[in-house]
Amino acid sequence: MDQDEPRAMHDIGGVPRFLCEPVDPSPHSLTEFDRTVDAIRQILGQKQVMSVDELRRGIESLPEATYFGLSYYERWLRSITAILLEKSVITEAELMAAATAP
Amino acid sequence: MTIATLDHDTLLQALRRVLAEKDIAQPDEIAERIRITDAGTPAQGARMVARAWCDPAFRTLMLTDGARAAALLDIPMRGAPPLGVLENTADLHHLVVCTLCSCYPRAVLGYPPFWFKSAAYRARAVRDPRGLLTEFGTTLPAATALRVVDSTADYRWMVLPQRPHGTEGWSEAALARLVRAGDMIGVTIPALA
Repeated sequence: MDQDEPRAMHDIGGVPRFLCEPVDPSPHSLTEFDRTVDAIRQILGQKQVMSVDELRRGIESLPEATYFGLSYYERWLRSITAILLEKSVITEAELMAAATAP
Repeated sequence: MTIATLDHDTLLQALRRVLAEKDIAQPDEIAERIRITDAGTPAQGARMVARAWCDPAFRTLMLTDGARAAALLDIPMRGAPPLGVLENTADLHHLVVCTLCSCYPRAVLGYPPFWFKSAAYRARAVRDPRGLLTEFGTTLPAATALRVVDSTADYRWMVLPQRPHGTEGWSEAALARLVRAGDMIGVTIPALA
């Protein structure tokens, strides 16, 4: 690939920015948050409410600073929420009401 | 207040409530899905590797159609993308990465590990794979070629590692216990403890 060709932020194979960053091979446990987001995505997929490709589009269209600032499953949650709103599966009013309910 | 300003725990809680109200995802469905997903572990893939080391016909099937081989060992593959299996030999080693995100053979290895999803792994696997491997304690002989394979959402890869020397006559179960997730991604090589 041409070195000067613009690349999407998630397309990071070989990009110089990360080449000097060490990999941390130690095991990390998933949190309850992580497992729940993962499970919700699977259920939405099985029920054909939202596909993996839609999840990816939602992740890949996050602003770059947001993308690198969020944890893996925080990106998923932001994407799932945005896609479900976009498809009118849920509304912002419903979500905000649920967020502020006791 | 807007959705963008909600912290992630609050947002998740709200989403759960709305999905339950609309009967899209009930709490018990979510709990069941977590239980099923937690049951997918590298032990599944390790059983395939051990069987392939002991049974040449299974090895051939596994290299031809990984998903069918997995299903033969009662590993649930419904809804999973096709599974390609890459055989390591003395001359050729394989390393799997997903440069764009985190595509991983979840049906046979479980959740992708933290390092597999990291920017450093994704960036370096295709540029400095041998250097990357040393961080996992793996040094490949210079004469061994290294092929890096990029996963996609529609096709997943796992590695069939070489059977370690000194395991002749071992049972399949004992062999399976040797095999770790990293061995089936190519960052490590199975070895006797």
